[in-house]
Amino acid sequence: MIRFLIKGVFRDRHRYLFPLIIVSCGVLIMIFMLALINGYMDSFIRSNAGFETGHLKVVSRAYSDIIAQKPYDLSLLDIQSALDQWKKRYPQLEWTERIQLGALLDVPDATGETREQGEIIVYGIDLLKSGMERKLLNLDKALARGRIPSQPGEALVSEQALERLKLKIGDPVTLIGSDIYGSLAFHRLVISGTINFGAEALDRGALMADISDIRQMLDMPGGAAEILAFFKDGRYDQKEADRIKADFNQTFSDPRDEYSPVMLAMSDQNNMGYLMGIVHSMLGIFSFVFIVILGIVLWNSGLMNGIRRYGEFGVRLAVGESKKHIFGTLVLEAVAIGVVGSAIGILLGSLGCWYFNIHGMDVSVFTRNSTLFTQDIIYTYIPLHTALAGFIPGVLSTVLGAILAGLAVFKRQTSQLFKELEV
Amino acid sequence: MEDPIVRIKNMSKAFPTGESEFLALKNVNLDFGKGEFTGIVGPSGSGKTTLLNVIGSLDTPTSGEVEVLGLEVSQLSQKGSSELRSRHLGFIFQTYNLLPVYDVYENVEFPLLLLKMAPNERRKAVMDALEWVGLTDKAQSRPAQLSGGQCQRVAIARAMVKKPTLVLADEPTANLDTENSLHILDTMQKINAALSTSFIFATHDQKVINYLHRVIKLIDGKVVSDDTQTGA
Repeated sequence: MIRFLIKGVFRDRHRYLFPLIIVSCGVLIMIFMLALINGYMDSFIRSNAGFETGHLKVVSRAYSDIIAQKPYDLSLLDIQSALDQWKKRYPQLEWTERIQLGALLDVPDATGETREQGEIIVYGIDLLKSGMERKLLNLDKALARGRIPSQPGEALVSEQALERLKLKIGDPVTLIGSDIYGSLAFHRLVISGTINFGAEALDRGALMADISDIRQMLDMPGGAAEILAFFKDGRYDQKEADRIKADFNQTFSDPRDEYSPVMLAMSDQNNMGYLMGIVHSMLGIFSFVFIVILGIVLWNSGLMNGIRRYGEFGVRLAVGESKKHIFGTLVLEAVAIGVVGSAIGILLGSLGCWYFNIHGMDVSVFTRNSTLFTQDIIYTYIPLHTALAGFIPGVLSTVLGAILAGLAVFKRQTSQLFKELEV
Repeated sequence: MEDPIVRIKNMSKAFPTGESEFLALKNVNLDFGKGEFTGIVGPSGSGKTTLLNVIGSLDTPTSGEVEVLGLEVSQLSQKGSSELRSRHLGFIFQTYNLLPVYDVYENVEFPLLLLKMAPNERRKAVMDALEWVGLTDKAQSRPAQLSGGQCQRVAIARAMVKKPTLVLADEPTANLDTENSLHILDTMQKINAALSTSFIFATHDQKVINYLHRVIKLIDGKVVSDDTQTGA
């Protein structure tokens, strides 16, 4: 019977074509939108993790209390042996040390007098020992001019800062700030290149130097304000991050010592947990609205189709089929159309996602004035299970439409349906 | 009449028309026996189709009793009336009402699928039915590829495939020319004789009336005559 009915559906163009197009297009749009939101979220997480939060971050307890102020005077000092222990205990993580501070950048003229001066955010990162930061911050791609520092005493500066301070590659500059003991600190650097991340928050005014230079300037040998940890597979896993954080804090952190290390997950920092929650809610709302809209369209299509098929229903009632069975077959047809339509939509949507996953989508026009760490190019991304979940709204909306349309069969008197045979 | 398969007693059927109601059938009393070849005749609007609908349990009477094969129609549940139609009744319509997306074989097979008959038995029953109506060579054709007469013969095969006790035929020749009309009437008459299937027609076609053994005349919802014809 089921084969008989399905055969009927796919032989009647009116019965399958319109719903199939609607479901396919709907699922395609949904898959693509989900991939875009996922891609945006992924880019957002990558940017924030890479530039700011890490997947996990270790700081001193005192530092964590006022983390937004980046109080490098509360840094962890002499951390190498502790870091070795952490690396051993959590082999799934990669670690990198950083110091971030706000400083004044002084640009001298030929006589050594100040020519230009401006505020700058200084990132002390590992530029010389390992290639991890180059990879994390995508420095090779972000390099606009010059080269990445190859020896101590060299620095990268953002393109906008370079222009604002009328700098040239090779110019000497002086960083002016205070060391961790509060004394005035100076450090001379040479600009080796410029960077442009496509993230407005960074591009406005950043300077990157090797962490050894910044340690020297701040008089904190072997210290780091923040130690960032990243999952080796590159993807943030909230559950695993929470598990590691709980284990770390139980094992290595002492609540009575404000200079003992404490681990924070990405979701604990910069409202990231809240933002990720919003995105997840948005995905849920988007899926729900999609189901409702598609359901209404398919209900209308089902009604039109139902009216066209009153004659058929009449014959089927006369032959001995019950209203309940006819209703059931309408739902079954909807399931078949939903499954096929969703499969087409998922396939086409995934192809679109694949294209933009490779080539990326330029959204710089929307992020130009953003203060968030977002990238100008979004690479759509959709996990397989999310793509396959496209079947749920695709089938659900067709079934919903069929149920609403099929209720008309119940509301009508049997003889009325029969009369509509126009006998 | 001994053991009638349809017994109608003081039956009336009214349809609401705004605030009042239209009485389509008025105090009808009729019995139909097994193997009858009977026609309900009368002008349009006389209540012929309404009477067939009530007998076919597609509609319920407003008052009175209608018993079909020992079952009181007004007391049947949805499932009960579906089962009655599925197992014991066959319908033939003026406009054939074949399912256009299915071929001839599948149209005839459909009632048997509802009866959950085994595939082998089903195949045999369908081919037998197509043989009765002389359409075995058209089994794979779609209704759109057939003439009106052939379509009506498929409809007869569909009604007869489950070997029902009673066939209700509503104006079965209205859309057919004389030659095709006579052909399908001959077919139905042969089936009636061979299988003792009862036929009740609603018609005002003289060609059909000539074939009937019993003619019940209905005017304005009332039975005005009930005559047996000899030599039909």
